[in-house]
Amino acid sequence: MENKEKYDKAFMESFGIDESALKDLEYNSIPEWDSVGHMGLIAAIEEEFDIMMEMDEIIDFSGYEKGKEILDNHDVKM
Amino acid sequence: MTREKSDMLENKIAFVTGCNRGIGKSVAEKFAENGATVYANARKEGSLDPLCNNEYSQGKIIPIYFDVTDREATRHAFMRIMKEQGRIDCLVNNAGILVDTLITMLDGRTLRDIYEVNVFAVFEMMSYASRIMSKQKSGTIVNITSICGDEGGMRGQTAYSSSKGAVIALTKTAAKELGGFNVRVNAVAPGFIDTDMFRSGPEDIQKDLVNGVYLDQRVGLPDEVASVCVFLASDNSSYVNGENIRVDGFAHI
Repeated sequence: MENKEKYDKAFMESFGIDESALKDLEYNSIPEWDSVGHMGLIAAIEEEFDIMMEMDEIIDFSGYEKGKEILDNHDVKM
Repeated sequence: MTREKSDMLENKIAFVTGCNRGIGKSVAEKFAENGATVYANARKEGSLDPLCNNEYSQGKIIPIYFDVTDREATRHAFMRIMKEQGRIDCLVNNAGILVDTLITMLDGRTLRDIYEVNVFAVFEMMSYASRIMSKQKSGTIVNITSICGDEGGMRGQTAYSSSKGAVIALTKTAAKELGGFNVRVNAVAPGFIDTDMFRSGPEDIQKDLVNGVYLDQRVGLPDEVASVCVFLASDNSSYVNGENIRVDGFAHI
């Protein structure tokens, strides 16, 4: 599976949403992406890519697109 | 040497900070005696060699050297354990420093140094551990506090005692946050324990303090604190959460 597919899957499975909802998705823009949902998403992404984000990165992870930039710092290219 | 056999922590993966001496050293040993694989932290490379070279009946001790105030090193330590073991069952935040200074003479740098080790590093360690443990839906965190954390310390201990008080509050709040993930968070508050930290004070004050201990007017042993940590890390304490257990022979400052 490509990194982009893995990334999308983490969002879709964490929040129970369709691929069509991913673009422009932001933290707190849907009820599922609250602070608890955020930690579930981070856990899913860390497990998928075998990384461990820093706290500042977790806080900065404010949206679907922003998350790609953060993963780029961990050599996860999409 | 071969240590006594017990299995309260059989197959558990534990991470203990500040293991080069005192309570941390005893916790690492007692965890290994009880079957745990212990990642023992200290700052100085090689300082844990004697501890790690001992033979334990079931468990073992693996050194992991880093400064707990180094955030990047802390993250790498967690990553290393996860790579090697795939899980962490117990974290014991023991590393701490004590500096006695009257509040009128307490400079910002000393205060920050104490809080960096005693509070901020504990936050950082708990943050990584809680992410791992909440994923696992299991785990225990034990923070080493102090009896001065809830009743105040001696004169000169405003910084130290308030740092320990912060960790007690942190423990109780984290216990609420993580309880839903089956992760328990507790603290152990030692009283007057026979460690270099306690022995660093003036002898007459030590004597006065120990005379006030109701249990046999004696200091506690690091091993007696470690035993409570074993209990809290084990499944025997499965319904204990958010506690700050005093191990002090019933003493007051």
